[in-house]
Amino acid sequence: MPEVKMRTISYSTAINEALHEEMERDEKVFLMGEDVALSAISPATAGLGDRFGHERVRNTPISELGFTGAAVGAAMAGYRPVLDMRRIDFMMLAIDPIANQAAKLRYMLGGQVSVPLVIRAPEGGYSQNGPTHSQCLEAWFIQVPGLRVIVPSDPADVKGLLKSAIREDNPVLFVEYRSLYSLEGPVPEGDHTEPIGKAAVKKEGADITLIGIGSQARSCLEAAELLAGEGVDAEVVDPRTINPLDVEGLAASVRKTGKCVVAEEGHKSGGVGAEIAASVQEAAFGSLKAPIVRVAALDVPVPVHTKLEAIVLPSTEKIVAAAKKLLA
Amino acid sequence: MSEEKASLSDERMQAMYRDMLRIRRFEETAFELFENGEVVGGIHVSIGQEACSVGACSTLREDDAILTTHRGHGHSIAKGTRLPEMMAELLGKATGLCHAKGGSMHIADVSKGHYGAHSIVGSNMPMAVGIGLAFHFEGKGQAAVVFFGDGAANEGSFHESVNLASIWKLPVIFFCENNHFASSTRVGYATSVADISARAGGYDIPGVTVDGMDVLAVHEVMVEAVDRARRGLGPSLIEAKTYRYFGHSRKDPQFGPYRTEDEWNEWKAKDPLLVAEEILGVSEAQKKAHLDAVEDELQDALAFARQSPEPEPDDVYEDLYA
Repeated sequence: MPEVKMRTISYSTAINEALHEEMERDEKVFLMGEDVALSAISPATAGLGDRFGHERVRNTPISELGFTGAAVGAAMAGYRPVLDMRRIDFMMLAIDPIANQAAKLRYMLGGQVSVPLVIRAPEGGYSQNGPTHSQCLEAWFIQVPGLRVIVPSDPADVKGLLKSAIREDNPVLFVEYRSLYSLEGPVPEGDHTEPIGKAAVKKEGADITLIGIGSQARSCLEAAELLAGEGVDAEVVDPRTINPLDVEGLAASVRKTGKCVVAEEGHKSGGVGAEIAASVQEAAFGSLKAPIVRVAALDVPVPVHTKLEAIVLPSTEKIVAAAKKLLA
Repeated sequence: MSEEKASLSDERMQAMYRDMLRIRRFEETAFELFENGEVVGGIHVSIGQEACSVGACSTLREDDAILTTHRGHGHSIAKGTRLPEMMAELLGKATGLCHAKGGSMHIADVSKGHYGAHSIVGSNMPMAVGIGLAFHFEGKGQAAVVFFGDGAANEGSFHESVNLASIWKLPVIFFCENNHFASSTRVGYATSVADISARAGGYDIPGVTVDGMDVLAVHEVMVEAVDRARRGLGPSLIEAKTYRYFGHSRKDPQFGPYRTEDEWNEWKAKDPLLVAEEILGVSEAQKKAHLDAVEDELQDALAFARQSPEPEPDDVYEDLYA
């Protein structure tokens, strides 16, 4: 095995690298979205317009329904569009081409087409942007068979999974957590890919399993550090993709520890955590020593005010509290 | 005689007439099969609108694309879709174009440039823009035609799609079949303009209204739009005024509370097949020969469909992921 060189880069730089490399590798890959070509609004797309030109890095009008449907059409016709949604909240204007079309066309047309489309959907709060600019909506999309849904939590995964998503022949909702954009971490140099459908153990432990989705995988790691100070050896597992969901990967950890907290930034009711809790107890009920506990956003919109937002959203402290209650 | 007609050989005009007849007889047959309980799922027939399908698709190459709607049998046949596999899809057979997963509302034959019937009203227009974008990248002079109804012209997707195609000068033809009814809602009630083609002005593209009962008139305006598309001059909007003879779908009677028998009879007098017989110069003997050939073709398609196997339980997971 050749030695893999690591360097430290941010989550957003890792996205940017993945886009550069995949556009370089495959001329069928092109980028569309609002303000992707010229503006430096997002560090994830900076420099791409200059490097690949404005045909392949294509600014769109504010027409989410139109350009998302167009991406589905281009994908059917043999291209590999990557959409930039700016915020998942804006994607609500484009549900038809995603849920009714992209996810179903291959099935509905008897396998005559494939839709190799990646929708990059930055999302989430902790930024005082209020109810319509802070949502985490990935749970909606695990209800749509035909879509892959990816939820990377660190720079290495966001790069490796974005590259895999672009090479995937199915439509992918690629969720990015805005609160992680400046997070730095080690990323292998060169053509680094990660497999779709494999959970990752981010920290090994024996006493309790903390399953974290996206931004909350980070919070779970911080919670594990705090718990270590109190003599608790927590294991942190990140599903990384929620369709497909690596139930076996998650259940394996729970069989070892017998206790589990699952944390997500989306709302609690009907959330990804609910799906994970149900699937894991089906697979590992005999090993559970206590009910699986969910930590999630409260079932209210995310308010603007810092103090109120902190009450609504999950946090490291809330995960620690849930874990301690479970261990008591 | 128009310039365009002069350029069409008698052979091509006979083929256009025969295609209209194929559509009419396919849909009459499908409707009978539906009433006999042989069709799986619903159907929406386009009887009365055949001149639109054939007038438009007779200007296209096989590597051009079409996208159509829930009322798409006519466009599918005119674009060259294989009839046996299409009939098999209606009868819910494993040999159907969509392997019995899509039914009448999702007929597609990508091998013939048919990118699908799309049953969510207005959903096909953004996808047509994307196929147009792919054609623009390819640079082979291909065109994408999207058929939609007067109802869909009131969807936001219409406006976003026409604007996108206009600013990017994409080879997309927006073909509106104004059959006067969105289910039971009359176009005059639901639409801000008398002619939907007037909306082209808002997007700085050519817009034209044409007699949708006249196959040659439709063909002529399409020739111009396709030429623009191939030369990279951008999209066009065509509105063909036509009439839906049947109800919206299975439960909707032919003469609902939303239209009168008198109105129906007025349009019936301009039946596209009658018009075509006259302007394309189809003799009684030729008509008889076409009818016989079409009947044979339909009976073969039906036999294929009836003899085909139903899907297997395991097929439920097939074709979900590539």
